[in-house]
Amino acid sequence: MSAAPRFGSVQVGDELPVLELPPVSRTTLSYFAGASGDRNPIHLDIDYARSAGQPDVFVHGMFVMAGAGRLLSDWAGATSVRAFEARFLAITQLFERLRCTARVTGKTATADGGEVELAVEVRNEKDEPKLAGRAVVSLK
Amino acid sequence: MLDRGWIGRELPPLEVEVDRWRLRAFARAIGETGPLHVDDAAARAAGHRGIVAPPTFLFGLSYDMEDQTGFLREMGADVRHILHGEQSFRYHAPVCAGDRLTIRSTITDIYAKKGGLLEFIVRESAVTDGSGRRMADLREVLVLRHPAPTEAA
Repeated sequence: MSAAPRFGSVQVGDELPVLELPPVSRTTLSYFAGASGDRNPIHLDIDYARSAGQPDVFVHGMFVMAGAGRLLSDWAGATSVRAFEARFLAITQLFERLRCTARVTGKTATADGGEVELAVEVRNEKDEPKLAGRAVVSLK
Repeated sequence: MLDRGWIGRELPPLEVEVDRWRLRAFARAIGETGPLHVDDAAARAAGHRGIVAPPTFLFGLSYDMEDQTGFLREMGADVRHILHGEQSFRYHAPVCAGDRLTIRSTITDIYAKKGGLLEFIVRESAVTDGSGRRMADLREVLVLRHPAPTEAA
């Protein structure tokens, strides 16, 4: 994590540094299930996943959103995210490599800095979209 | 078809403590290494009560109930066919390790698309701390996929 950018130095159209995640493993899903508290067996138990017509367990949508959240809080600061919303566009399968990106789409000055609006995306290594969203962060 | 009588129903409120160990495990699971999220001394030096929850952490707390799918099954869902469609967060104050939070959730909408092949469940949750201060608001849209056309209700 580096120091948060100053509001005045951020321009509409700026791209945040890209965050690339390692291929998602079953181990990662088990840690994420335990820590997040999402115990849905569709992400952990291949027999259950098959009973639902899925070829295998698949990645929690919230794991994908957590990656995008890291991108935001690492850039703007741990307590600077004011709003974050996302639509999940496709299931993320095991071993996919996720790439989290964000671009500045708007700026609003306030008394002590300002708020920056961002368009957020997560895609896999084939450039298939997994998540699209928007966020607001406050900067000094 | 899901029971529309659930629209407007509140779930039992959840009382949760933000556990330091769980925050660190969450950070590890998502690869977050920022000092304010993992290092007690760094978080306190920055003026926080404890390590700071990453932005999406509260979602899991909103499922901190013994039977996580009970309300979905009660409204008639085959939970094997539910996907997370949308999620939004609004943050009013940072959530830190040691905070005691209350989460109050309401089912605010249920609707169908594609002639009933897809049904959507909207749950909104308000997170407050021990003093009643609003910490965050969550909005979740779940998608129930019906593998075959539903029978006329």
